Amino acid sequence: MSILVDESTRVVVQGITGREGAFHTKQMLEYGTVVAAGVTPGKGGREVEGVPVFNTVNQAVEEEGVNVSCIFVPPPFAADAIIDSASAGLDVIVCITEGIPVLDMVKVASFLKNEKSVLIGPNCPGIISPGKTKVGIMPGPIHKPGPMAVISRSGTLTYEVVDQLTGNGLGQSTCIGIGGDPLIGTTFIDHLKRFKEDPQTEGVVLIGEIGGTAEEEAADYIREEFNKPVIAFIAGQTAPPGRRMGHAGAIISGGQGKAEDKINALQAAGITVALNLGNLGETVQKVMEKS
Amino acid sequence: MKLHEYQAKDIFGKSGIPIPNGQLVTAVDQATKATQIINGPPWVVKAQVHAGGRGKGGGVKVVHYPYEVVTATESLLGKHLVTPQTGPEGVPVNQVLIEEGIEINREYYLSMIVDRSTACPTMIFSQAGGMEIEEVAARSSELILKEYIDPAVGWMMHNARNLLYSQEPPPPVGALRALMSVMANVYKIFMTLDCTLVEINPLVLTKDRKVFALDAKVNIDDNALFRQKELLLLDDPREKDPLELMAEKYHLNYIRLDGNIGAMVNGAGLAMATMDVIKIAGAEPANFLDVGGGATEDMITKGVEIILKDRRVKAILVNIFGGILRCDVLARGVVAAAKKTRIRVPLIVRLEGTNVKEGREILRNSELKFLVARDLSEAADLVSKQVSS
Repeated sequence: MSILVDESTRVVVQGITGREGAFHTKQMLEYGTVVAAGVTPGKGGREVEGVPVFNTVNQAVEEEGVNVSCIFVPPPFAADAIIDSASAGLDVIVCITEGIPVLDMVKVASFLKNEKSVLIGPNCPGIISPGKTKVGIMPGPIHKPGPMAVISRSGTLTYEVVDQLTGNGLGQSTCIGIGGDPLIGTTFIDHLKRFKEDPQTEGVVLIGEIGGTAEEEAADYIREEFNKPVIAFIAGQTAPPGRRMGHAGAIISGGQGKAEDKINALQAAGITVALNLGNLGETVQKVMEKS
Repeated sequence: MKLHEYQAKDIFGKSGIPIPNGQLVTAVDQATKATQIINGPPWVVKAQVHAGGRGKGGGVKVVHYPYEVVTATESLLGKHLVTPQTGPEGVPVNQVLIEEGIEINREYYLSMIVDRSTACPTMIFSQAGGMEIEEVAARSSELILKEYIDPAVGWMMHNARNLLYSQEPPPPVGALRALMSVMANVYKIFMTLDCTLVEINPLVLTKDRKVFALDAKVNIDDNALFRQKELLLLDDPREKDPLELMAEKYHLNYIRLDGNIGAMVNGAGLAMATMDVIKIAGAEPANFLDVGGGATEDMITKGVEIILKDRRVKAILVNIFGGILRCDVLARGVVAAAKKTRIRVPLIVRLEGTNVKEGREILRNSELKFLVARDLSEAADLVSKQVSS
């Protein structure tokens, strides 16, 4: 098993005719992902990498039965693209786009409250169930099927962690980048609930960073309801307050969002926190051997 | 993007939020004239800098004679102001705002943000105005009230009533209407100008029940500047670090820090984690630098140059996990940088991911002297050797 995406997933790439969209469509196809359709308004009827292009998500659903979208649309139009996919009834919407205005995401979040779609991102690398499908931009070959789930607010940091897991003989059930923006579609807790029910997943690696209180909230949930081992890592122990560290969401402000507080909260919930990224793989291995 | 107090107050004034009369001054000889136009005594002389904690840093002076307005202006203009939120070198004061003093009866705190967990615009109101809200939150959080606004509905009068009638004692009847109007206007400004923060601290009530915004903080969402073009004119980059400004020009995400190990990384999370690795290895990071996924050879070259311009840097750690950014592009950029500028410090390179073989080969075949780290823990060891040697 895995969560949210697997062999049966049929992907529509929104923004498929753009540079990033076309490149990653090719990469996804090479990984074995079923990219069944693309959408670029005004460019319907074309093909990209053999994938038919439509003008609207509704047409892609009708013609190709897609159920998951992957968005590469530029920031000014990305909120529209997300809502388009949600209105078309897709199960999962993965938004790669970085730089969407916060107030656009306020609208998106408000709209999604009444829809069934699960939004991953924005500003994220996407989701991969190794050996089955990848919907996103992560390098495929570093992954391997196995028992570990990964949930992360970061992109390349996730690749580093996955690479160490694979190097230590620990494959992955599903890896999700939830995004580095202050407003994101789904949180650590949303996915922890799914991994709790997933028989393939035996343990979870949670990768957080400074800013907000998502890690503290996850710690509370894990202490009370989660029954599988969790290993956490928090980036930004040396980040100065008041500065936005690349990700719009990674900022210590008003005394909130410090790495120290997050690490304390996680440890108090009985979660192993790896302090040194250099040996995270070994730390995970030790915890998993004990359990 | 942060606005200055005088710019934020200008927006307030135009939107109908009452502000004290004031005059912006950029040269000392304008100060005397300002005292003639503006009611006083007393007058308030305020340094216009983006950094917070101005009051604690001596950037706000209340004075009672016209000559004091001049000396206060003189003591601020052209000087560097050090506050708890700036570095030890402070920030330059290029402008000073001279305002009429307002007689304060009550001080409130009012702000608007987007709450991360509910994804709603949220108004924060407190009767403990005039002090740092973080301190109030830590000491007596019950004094801080929040009102979450449903974005599908927008601002409603009851939102203001919920905040105002929860105060003990509630504001005097004569002031309620004015306070409600300030709240509605703050919401309107927040939504129309794509703000990430609108803050009035203090929002004061005078004895005759007038309301004034004595301070004003407005931050604009950088991601929304494409549709807030007229606000771009308000950008004042003079307080920014020159290296950070240079990095901005080349679309590099660079933040200067106090340490001596330069770092070049792709991805914000990995860049932060690499800074942490440097610290654990017993050194201090000199910078945060995320070259991003779409970095070109030229951007990498510029990145190396910027790191080297910081004379405190004793070694550079390049940590790249190739994804969208390919290792060969990175390697070519570093080699090109070495040809343009002499790399005077040891270079530690850790490459992994897309096109790693090609990248390593380009580095090997160049004249460049560098140390190879096979993984992150080896990179940390090499960093700590550089520090101890």
